[in-house]
Amino acid sequence: MTPATVLDLPMSPQAALSRPRAFVELERVTHTYGRGERQVQALMETNLRIEEGDFIALVGPSGCGKSTILKLVTGLINASSGYVYVAGREVGAEPVRVGMAFQNPTLLPWLTLLENVMLPLKIVPPFRQEYRAKRKSEFRDRIEALLSQVGLAGFSNKYPWQLSGGMMQRASLCRALIHEPQLLMLDEPFGALDQFTREELWGVMQELWMTRKPTVLLVTHDLKEAAYLANRICVMQARPGRIIDDSAVPFPRPRTIVMSYYPDFTALTQRLREMIVHAQPAKEAAP
Amino acid sequence: MNQQLRRRMGSTALIIGFFVVWEVLCLGFGVRDIVLPRPSEIVITLVSRFPGIWPHAVQTIYTTLVGFALGILFGVLIGVLIGSSRLAYDVGYPLLVGFSSIPKVAVVPIFVLWFGAGTVPAVLTAMILCIFPIVVNVATGLATTEPELEDVMRALKASKLDILINVGLPRAMPYFFASLKVAVTQAFVGTVIAETVASNKGIGNLMMIASSSFDVPLVFAGLLILAVLGVGLYVLFSFIEVRVTGWARRNDEFAMG
Repeated sequence: MTPATVLDLPMSPQAALSRPRAFVELERVTHTYGRGERQVQALMETNLRIEEGDFIALVGPSGCGKSTILKLVTGLINASSGYVYVAGREVGAEPVRVGMAFQNPTLLPWLTLLENVMLPLKIVPPFRQEYRAKRKSEFRDRIEALLSQVGLAGFSNKYPWQLSGGMMQRASLCRALIHEPQLLMLDEPFGALDQFTREELWGVMQELWMTRKPTVLLVTHDLKEAAYLANRICVMQARPGRIIDDSAVPFPRPRTIVMSYYPDFTALTQRLREMIVHAQPAKEAAP
Repeated sequence: MNQQLRRRMGSTALIIGFFVVWEVLCLGFGVRDIVLPRPSEIVITLVSRFPGIWPHAVQTIYTTLVGFALGILFGVLIGVLIGSSRLAYDVGYPLLVGFSSIPKVAVVPIFVLWFGAGTVPAVLTAMILCIFPIVVNVATGLATTEPELEDVMRALKASKLDILINVGLPRAMPYFFASLKVAVTQAFVGTVIAETVASNKGIGNLMMIASSSFDVPLVFAGLLILAVLGVGLYVLFSFIEVRVTGWARRNDEFAMG
């Protein structure tokens, strides 16, 4: 663990070298989309450190670069400038298993639920080799177990279009988790669900995190969700996107939905809300 | 189920009705068989001269299927290339459109020059006629793959080949099968063109000889055979299509396995 004081030091190259790297580290990352006049600065000189096994939520107004951070950390896009490190290496080269769940379930319609969840095991080492060495039935049992953990027991042979949106999203979470990722990226995975399904899945997510301890980066619009799930909440500002607040969530685990109505919980979400609302004018000021 | 049965019976009745009307009109207006033979005459010709027609039909089926198979092979390869690479798309597409705009009858003599008259030019003509729809459809299917589906794979650090096999190709399957239905009829056209121009075997050749001796019922018998063969292959590929791409139509039979 890095001493907290080091965090406040200015980033000189020497300091960056001498300091042990966090599991995920963004170092003065700037990212712009497009070119010329239509250029949009999504992220501006952003630093972020995530320790292994931590659960971070990114909140902020739309267009503040939350999803950009996720895409940078997974290597789906490359930073315009600055460095992204995962497990001490520049992103892309790291031997880290990554799981990702998106706002849409993005299940492959020609595969059954079982086959969809099986997909990462066909791709990601070391499971890839084991898959070829026909440990398929073992994998199948594992998938069935995970599916029943999220309430999808008995649906493994259904096709995605035969299921409701909530069920597809559950399956999508399973697909993000089946290969035991060390790093889990959640891009508003509960955003399109009704409130009750959402709250139920928060519980499932918390349980999964507590048993497996992956490092999680959750992007969300829902402040209650962030406060319920995360250990740390980073508040972002829009255009240019940057992190303006980074605070720990003190509530003990396992957290419950009832806790979310306690005064200190609502006080936290209230404070986050204020911060995001005040972060808005910057958006108007910079065209 | 009852409704489906009624629909099938209705369509069958209409198809039979078409031939009945043809028969009746020919009889009613006294059309001579040298102009337009009646369906019954065509069938009689077909049955009575079957031993003579059969080797030609076999030759045509053989040529078409070989050309079609080659067309699928190269069509899918070129389609994958064009659909997954920007450069190949920019270079390949204009070339392909230009090439397919050339009337294929004009190409047959060139093939004959290169390979001599016979089966090879017919196979090649069938191939180049059916390759275009396959390439275009496979390329379209790959190029329109949802970026989100690719992101799922890229987040898993999948290679380009992994993405192609697990996402691109299955996604392109409905497009591919749609193109096969067009392509298989095109392959027949290609074969028959080549057989009419330069061959001593095949339905195309048979029809050439029959029409030069004004044996019109035999010409129509040849046409009938071609039509039946075309419908047969079409049905075959429709059958495979439902099995493979039922997900795209959210077909419940497909979901039952």
